Amino acid sequence: MSDLSPQQNKRNSLAWAFKMAYRDSRRSRSRLILFTGSIILGVAALVAINTFGDNLRKDIDEQSKELLGADLVVQSNQAFTDSANILMEDFEGPSSDEYAFSSMVLFPKTGDTRAVQVRAIEKGFPFFGKFETVPESAGLEFRDQKKALVDQTLMMQYNAKVGDSIKIGNVVFEIAGKLLQVPGQVQMMSMVYAPVYIPMQYLDKTSLIKKGSRVTYKRYFSLGENTPSEEALEEMRPRFRELRLRYDTVEERRDDFGDAFEGLTRFLNLVAFAALLLGCVGVANSVHVYIKDKLSTVAILRCLGAEGGSTFSMYLIQILFMGLVGSLLGALLGSGLQVILPMILREFLPISASSDISLPAMGEGIAVGMGIAVLFALLPLLAIRRVSPLMTLRASSNTGSGSRDIWNWLVVLGIGLFIWGFAYLQIGEIQESLVFVGAMALGFLILAGAAYGVMFLLKRFFPRNWSFVFRQSIANLFRPNNQTLIMVVAIGMGTALITTLFFMQGMLVKNIALSDQGQRPDMVVYDAAPEDVPEITKLMDTYDFPVVQDVPLVTMQLVEWKGRSRRELLKDTTRSVPRGGTLNREYRVTFRDSIIDSEEVVKGKWIGEIKNPEDSIFISVEEGFAQRSLKVDIGDEVVFDVSGLKLKTYIGSFRKVDFQRVQTNFIVLFPKGVLEEAPQFRVLITKTNSNENSAKFQRALAENYPDVSVIDLALILKVGKEILEKVSFVIQFMGFFSISIGLLVLIGSVINSKYQRIRESVLLRTLGGSRRKILMINAWEYIFLGFLAAITGILLALAASWALAEFSFEIEYAPDLAPAIAILIGIIVLTVGIGMLNIQGIMGKSPLEVLRKEI
Amino acid sequence: MDSILRVENLSKSYLSGDSSLTVLKNIQFDVAPGSKMAIVGPSGSGKTTLLGLCAGLDKASTGDIQLHGSSLASLNEDQRAAIRNEYVGFIFQNFQLIPTLTALENVMVPLELQGKSGAEEVAQELLTRVGLGDRYHHYPSQLSGGEQQRVALARAFSNRPRILFADEPTGNLDEETSAQVEELMFELNQEAGTTLIIVTHDPELAEKTDRIIRLKGGEIVSDSAA
Repeated sequence: MSDLSPQQNKRNSLAWAFKMAYRDSRRSRSRLILFTGSIILGVAALVAINTFGDNLRKDIDEQSKELLGADLVVQSNQAFTDSANILMEDFEGPSSDEYAFSSMVLFPKTGDTRAVQVRAIEKGFPFFGKFETVPESAGLEFRDQKKALVDQTLMMQYNAKVGDSIKIGNVVFEIAGKLLQVPGQVQMMSMVYAPVYIPMQYLDKTSLIKKGSRVTYKRYFSLGENTPSEEALEEMRPRFRELRLRYDTVEERRDDFGDAFEGLTRFLNLVAFAALLLGCVGVANSVHVYIKDKLSTVAILRCLGAEGGSTFSMYLIQILFMGLVGSLLGALLGSGLQVILPMILREFLPISASSDISLPAMGEGIAVGMGIAVLFALLPLLAIRRVSPLMTLRASSNTGSGSRDIWNWLVVLGIGLFIWGFAYLQIGEIQESLVFVGAMALGFLILAGAAYGVMFLLKRFFPRNWSFVFRQSIANLFRPNNQTLIMVVAIGMGTALITTLFFMQGMLVKNIALSDQGQRPDMVVYDAAPEDVPEITKLMDTYDFPVVQDVPLVTMQLVEWKGRSRRELLKDTTRSVPRGGTLNREYRVTFRDSIIDSEEVVKGKWIGEIKNPEDSIFISVEEGFAQRSLKVDIGDEVVFDVSGLKLKTYIGSFRKVDFQRVQTNFIVLFPKGVLEEAPQFRVLITKTNSNENSAKFQRALAENYPDVSVIDLALILKVGKEILEKVSFVIQFMGFFSISIGLLVLIGSVINSKYQRIRESVLLRTLGGSRRKILMINAWEYIFLGFLAAITGILLALAASWALAEFSFEIEYAPDLAPAIAILIGIIVLTVGIGMLNIQGIMGKSPLEVLRKEI
Repeated sequence: MDSILRVENLSKSYLSGDSSLTVLKNIQFDVAPGSKMAIVGPSGSGKTTLLGLCAGLDKASTGDIQLHGSSLASLNEDQRAAIRNEYVGFIFQNFQLIPTLTALENVMVPLELQGKSGAEEVAQELLTRVGLGDRYHHYPSQLSGGEQQRVALARAFSNRPRILFADEPTGNLDEETSAQVEELMFELNQEAGTTLIIVTHDPELAEKTDRIIRLKGGEIVSDSAA
């Protein structure tokens, strides 16, 4: 026996394994590239997302002051009172006030009108960062003159140019510049609330702010070293609450943005990981077929005296190397692709995102890619350990069942733990990460179950009377070495992911579009003073717009809750009382005598009218808000302040409200007979009859009632669709990885099947089968496979999108089957196309050539 | 050492469904070092199974085999692999070359497994000896059947085995090539003083050995000098 020491033996075995791994791979590298392809794309997706996340964190840190434009901002829904001003005197440093409110604006050149958010700003803001405008100087220039900065999208929509006029209230401003970005603002939001900045000194002249107007008052501070610490602000918080003030610091803003985008990157990360897992199914399949071909080599090596461990190491080294190469290339590709993400997401980001290369992201991608690829590859690789040298004498000597091999189960457990561990690192919740693992496992199980089910049914009800070509192609689906399981799982999963994305996108767009159809109201006129309503109604009549709803709106504040004052409650930090947000908010309520069709009383009783002024007032509150925020039950006492008058009410009922309907829906509803005399605004809802009339009406309204605002639902729907399209694009970016990996797995599976099917095809040719017949057998096999894989994936997508529509988005489940049919046809065509290309190479050769080569 | 291979009360059964199928029954023989022996018999008589067991490729159901003084029954697969690497050479009917290695690398494998230096020189010498001095870097698929079997012969003798097992060594070759391979095999065997055990259907090849064991139905029906 060997005269080497055990250590020398071990070293020698390892050196031999490395040498053999290199030699053996020389003639198989093209096959291993398939294995690498899935890893490259999966890791690229992960690295791209992680790099984006890392850059975002870094950018948020670096530009944190620009997130706010100041060191501190104090904000209120009412004009700053004397007490508030005294409190804020403690902050030593320059400050700048901003008053923001909705209003209609008019572009005199075209006569177009539109609801915008007017922001009157004092000099000073932003203290950090700057207004990004075209021309660049406009951000400073507009402040001293009767000029305005107008949102770029708004200017584009109304074809306005710098130098044109814009009428806001009673004042005509010159457009100083196109507003691209404001520190701390998300561009996407400007599509909904297009901002128009005007100098504060012209605000009064617009006459837009009247008593009761909804205005957000902000005071920005530049405090430098005098910025109060978090602790100092925390101490002041009760006083702030008492004065109905809110404050925001750079740290809070940074944390808020950080949390929001952390959530987004984690979600995208999980999508990328799911894509990588899909790739790993392809890896397992490629390695399975690769190892199957290598079993005879292993048997020879065993026969010549190689130890089981050495032969196993030899192939493990190959896999590790390919995993490493795949992960490295993936990391490079991902680092290259990540520059696209900030471009796509630019409009969602409050900061300018960079696209630097992140070494930690690359490291994590490589580690995850290597880890998961090797774990998946280990499953088929373990078969090497069970190869008997007897195979050299008898090819039929099998490797024994893997199900009895404890290592197989350990690897399965390892895969489960790895997936769970990754999900846990992203989500941070044990239970939710288990749900992720469970959902992934369920998806795979359903697909595998479908594959086995179809194979069983085909075998059981085999169409014996069909033609030879069909019988052969159908039998190929369940014969030994069939590709049915792997194709249905891999292609099915890819199809399911991408089809679900399409279904959801379609349903969300349809849900928005639904509001645009038929006789549904499409225009809301709000903030109308009661004395103006008859004239506005008359104006509507001239355009033949019916008044669908005329709803009074009264604003009030909560002052007592179950007998305890708001001030007292603000000091109570226990969870049983409402939080500051609920106590400080402005309640915009309405009154009427009946329940409308978008709501339903679910608890208590609705009393529609108070006939006697001494009667108790029973109000109705939206179910969720009552239980989660206001923390009340039927019969509880709540006191509101309505323009200085205390109004004691009792919770009479809870309502379930469908807020998605285009109607005025309210959290708090009063009965008739209480608020009629209170200061109020009116909301008029109407249905327009043409875009032209709608524009004319809005223009007339803006000219005569500049403080009345209009929401044109057609515009909102258009904006909603645009936002959705941009969001879809981000999701499609991730979907691209899934579908590309799915395609690679498809190509891999088809090419692998070549090695499995080729001898059969050649034997059939040798026995006299015509070239056409053999092509037809293969074509039908791939048609069946493609159909089966795609249809199972689509069915899974239908189920997944139903669950998402029902439980997550709470929208009507109406999937658009057109893209699904296109995907189905596309997958079949691709499968057959790749399959035929593959078999074509073999058909050109003589049977003898192929048999001699023993491919 | 009286015998290089001792087979004692050897039986081998396989499970076939619920029943047990006995392919070798109570086999017993000794092989002297340096001798040449043939195992013959009809298809299904158990020849290849016996060869596999003697070479330590499989485990016996009952009985024992002593190969170069080691009892194979008491060894695990890796220990048996070490014995094979050290003392055993193989020649197979279908050559069993590793398709991804060149001719030279195929011959080097047993020596490399032993961790010995100079594997390449030994392999080159042997390939030249079998007439393939100009085909070192050819892959098996680039060689004819006869050439492949000559590479297999070079590989079989590369670790200077004490015993060589040949399973139908000329079964896949034409008459002329068979004669060349046989001649080469006996020459190399003679030069190395290796014990040779051949499983064959070919009575002429069997006649070239010192001793013939005939198997039928898993039992030895005759054991005689050739």
